[in-house]
Amino acid sequence: MIRYIIRRLLVAVLLLAIISLVTFGIFFLLPKLAGQSTDDLAARYLGREVTPEGLAGVKAKLGLDDPFLVRYWEFVQGMFVGQEYKFGTSITECPAPCLGYSYRTNEPVFDLLLDRAPVTFSIALGAAVLWLLAGVTIGVISALKRGSVFDRASMSAALAGVSLPMFFTGLVSIWLICRQLKLLPTPRYHEFLDNPATWAQALILPWITLAFLYAAMYARLTRAGMLETMGEDYIRTARAKGLPERTVITRHGLRSALTPIITIFGLDIGLLLGGAVITETTFSFAGLGQLMLQGITRSDLPVALGVTMATGLFVIVANLVVDILYAVADPRVRLA
Amino acid sequence: MARKNDKRDDEMRDGTSTAPAGPADSRPPSSFLEVRDLRIHFPTDDGLVKSVDGLSFQLERGKTLGIVGESGSGKSVTSLGILGLHNRRNARVSGEIWLDGQELVGASEEQVRRLRGRDMAMIFQDPLSSMHPFYTVGHQIIEAYRIHNDVTRKVARKHAIDMLGRVGIPRPDRRVDDYPHQFSGGMRQRAMIAMALSCDPELLIADEPTTALDVTVQAQILDLLRDLQREFNSAIIMITHDLGVVAELSDDILVMYGGRCVEYGTVDDVFHAPEHPYTWGLLGSMPRLDRERSERLLPIKGTPPSLINLPSGCAFNPRCAYAELNGGKSTEERPDLRDAAPGHRVACHLPAEKRRQIWNDEIAPKL
Ligand SMILES: Nc1ncnc2c1ncn2[C@@H]1O[C@H](COP(=O)(O)OP(=O)(O)O)[C@@H](O)[C@H]1O
Ligand code: SF4
Ligand SMILES: [Mg+2]
Repeated sequence: MIRYIIRRLLVAVLLLAIISLVTFGIFFLLPKLAGQSTDDLAARYLGREVTPEGLAGVKAKLGLDDPFLVRYWEFVQGMFVGQEYKFGTSITECPAPCLGYSYRTNEPVFDLLLDRAPVTFSIALGAAVLWLLAGVTIGVISALKRGSVFDRASMSAALAGVSLPMFFTGLVSIWLICRQLKLLPTPRYHEFLDNPATWAQALILPWITLAFLYAAMYARLTRAGMLETMGEDYIRTARAKGLPERTVITRHGLRSALTPIITIFGLDIGLLLGGAVITETTFSFAGLGQLMLQGITRSDLPVALGVTMATGLFVIVANLVVDILYAVADPRVRLA
Repeated sequence: MARKNDKRDDEMRDGTSTAPAGPADSRPPSSFLEVRDLRIHFPTDDGLVKSVDGLSFQLERGKTLGIVGESGSGKSVTSLGILGLHNRRNARVSGEIWLDGQELVGASEEQVRRLRGRDMAMIFQDPLSSMHPFYTVGHQIIEAYRIHNDVTRKVARKHAIDMLGRVGIPRPDRRVDDYPHQFSGGMRQRAMIAMALSCDPELLIADEPTTALDVTVQAQILDLLRDLQREFNSAIIMITHDLGVVAELSDDILVMYGGRCVEYGTVDDVFHAPEHPYTWGLLGSMPRLDRERSERLLPIKGTPPSLINLPSGCAFNPRCAYAELNGGKSTEERPDLRDAAPGHRVACHLPAEKRRQIWNDEIAPKL
């Protein structure tokens, strides 16, 4: 098990290195492909007063004219040990983890991420918990009561859930619950650390909106998986041992049915993040999605790069957790 | 070994297990296990599947009953029925099953569940698919033991290791933490047997326990079952499609065809002096080491019947070489199971003398 985890960890680190290299490469090349010189980039950084000395200074300070690998190396160094930007006598210290400064606002990218990432990740994680809980519970009950009213109703609702787009359900729920019924205030994001209760209250609608779609999908998946496993020979054995039906269902049936769900969940983490971005836009939260959009439309390379690294890290860590969960669930994986 | 603990006494005291549950006229039998007119039917979209249709037999402690028949004759449905493992929603079960004075068909699901694993246990055909792939073999034995015995995990674990040793698994203290897929087929079946015997059940049903195994391993498992029976004095129902296996191990043999019993008696009767043409067919198609396949004398023609539409008259008549000897009776009237000799029951329209004559003159010499 330990060896398995170490192996997965190494893979995760390698993946992160590759992602950083590729995205760095893309953002290094993009301005060039678009016909922009490093002078143009430096000009954006300077803002209004563009002077030749200023341009040269910015280029030297940010190393804009350095070759690709040198710049990549400095980027990596910045993340682990920090970086110093020298320009004549002025030295800017950027402590680790340093992802550079926004070309536009001159704010440290890391601080921007710290500000924005919690919004997106809060939506994503909460929705994931909600969709797994709801999806699996509904799926299991549907399977056990196959053909019942509950089964038919929930599977029809699931079909609707799968086919309704998120911005539709999101906007309808704001309109209905916040404007018409006034059950909840219109969501505004609050820091979790400030007040967990307002944090959760603000997120409840985004969570439900995002979870609805996937809960529907997972309910169908769980139902199918549960129907299959409950027909397995080892379920018959469990009953033959005299186990109470509840134990047979949870410890023998659900245990097996959940394992493929974990794998599928691992594959859906990318979708989850994409969904979170759409959701935060629907609810006008300032999250990573908005930041990314700003970074790209304004050719703000460090910001776009930072967002990509943050989401990449999220997906990789989440996948690592899923892989480990999967190995815990299925001994044949870790012993292979 | 602390077994048969106070959980059982509680049950006796609250009286649930002693109340007669069968029809008014039924009295508890003297036999340890007695099955009376057991019927297990499945309503399906294609029609009513009569998987078991009027089966009766009895069995004493320490004895073995062999149930033989081609696949699809209702053997597994019978064994699952005795354990009460059919879903009451899609199976219609009727008749009586008396286990140690307690009637099971009319008993509540909870009552039967408590007997399962403790008083009656089962070994299945494919030990790999019959064990949960995600739990260690030890865990699965411990689980079986702890449902019926109020002991700590530690005590149960010791018991599991002990059981694994007794079924001949080397280094049981290590293998106890292995997963089923880490065992070989034979070892897996041994572990399955250890699990079934962990609560020392008085009735053990083995449903084709060797069919999925190599020939050499088959013999070992059968030897093991024989030894364990002597040790535990349990009653065994041995289900197989191989008459040879059954003859070696059993005291009585019941031959099933199309969900019904066609011949029933002691090994001496059924194996050495069979009177039903279907039993002759089973004997004739037994694999013999000393003969070529082509020399087998009485392979049964045709295929087993559909249990939805059994042939009218004797269900075996389309495949029977002697059906014409009865002047149409075989295709019109279902033969009852009748005593050919005391304790030897046969369901066939042929007159008894005729059957013995055919066996002695035509069949026996060729086997
Ligand atoms: N749950 C069920 N629903 C409908 N038919 C069934 C069911 N279980 C078994 N049967 C049918 O009962 C017949 C006997 O099956 P089985 O007892 O498994 O035969 P075998 O003698 O090979 O063990 C088969 O034709 C099978 O299709
Ligand atoms: S009753 Fe007729 S068909 Fe059936 S076994 Fe006897 S002879 Fe054959
Ligand atoms: Mg069978």
